Amino acid sequence: MLEFLLRFFGRETSSRKVAKERLRLVLVHDRVGVSPSLLEALKNDLIKVISEYLDIDNTGLEVNFNQENDSVALVANIPILSVKRSVSGDRQY
Amino acid sequence: MGEVIVITSGKGGVGKTTTTANLGAVLADMGKKVVLVDTDIGLRNLDVVMGLENRIVYDLIDVVEGRCRLKQALIKDKRFDNLYLLPANQTRDKTAVSRQQMIDLTSQLKEEYEFVLIDCPAGIEMGFKNAIAGAEKALVVTTPEVAAVRDADRIIGLLEAAEMEAPRLIINRLRPDMVRKGNMMNIDDMMEILAIDLIGVVPEDEYIVISTNRGEPAVLNKNSRAGKAYCNISRRLLGEEIPFLNWDQENSFMAKLRKLIGLG
Repeated sequence: MLEFLLRFFGRETSSRKVAKERLRLVLVHDRVGVSPSLLEALKNDLIKVISEYLDIDNTGLEVNFNQENDSVALVANIPILSVKRSVSGDRQY
Repeated sequence: MGEVIVITSGKGGVGKTTTTANLGAVLADMGKKVVLVDTDIGLRNLDVVMGLENRIVYDLIDVVEGRCRLKQALIKDKRFDNLYLLPANQTRDKTAVSRQQMIDLTSQLKEEYEFVLIDCPAGIEMGFKNAIAGAEKALVVTTPEVAAVRDADRIIGLLEAAEMEAPRLIINRLRPDMVRKGNMMNIDDMMEILAIDLIGVVPEDEYIVISTNRGEPAVLNKNSRAGKAYCNISRRLLGEEIPFLNWDQENSFMAKLRKLIGLG
């Protein structure tokens, strides 16, 4: 009954919205021209660099492209476990 | 000097050939001198859609390889005084013609015709590159589906890379009833995503199937909804300002009811 009411009043996620959202995401990747393997390599390099400064949760790390208006942003969600007191190794920048 | 316009889409089966045939028929009916060029070598269809398949003697490859004069290969449509077709070859493949040959061919055609409409094959390979080689303008055809809009986006990118004039979009086979129910992407959804100018919306119309069965352009039937849409697109091509119809207005009673109870 509830389902019927939701559909009746158009609150159920319409397939139009689903289509638009799927299309939006597909195009973000298409337009950036990044293949999944490239994204994976980028993710691994990010882990390597960030790990020198912070203890991060490698399994919870998410890297994605997001689109806002006419620009695409690289968004990385990186859970931090702890902050290191000093930089490991003897990197010089 | 005429205009060379390519009708393209990326994805197959969205209506490039039907669009080419109908726009050509309307423009010819308006008194313009029009030639349609089928560049889908190996998979020619425009002749069948136009109902001219029994009149082919020479084709595009015969012309570029010099086996006949251009005039000999052009088929005159008997229903429209100013409409001609240059058919594709059916036995060769897309590599049988080069970009330079297409540029030469279209520049020869536009000396005599006001509109040279190029029916582009599906895909983004050689056939597509040849089809756009001699064109100054492009019309991108899509349908309200994820795959078709995705391919249209890719094609728009390739047209921009080829430094063509900004392409214009034709949304084909829109079903206003499904849009109203929220079960099909609407015009704004597609415009927002593709970010190019719209030149027309063609509603789904059973009459297209009937007219294609008969090998006649749908625009011959003045009652065809799709036919009317093609008339509007042709007039916009000629620079006329024709207002867009509201295909996807929300079912007003339900929309009001939703708003009334705060769910709108």
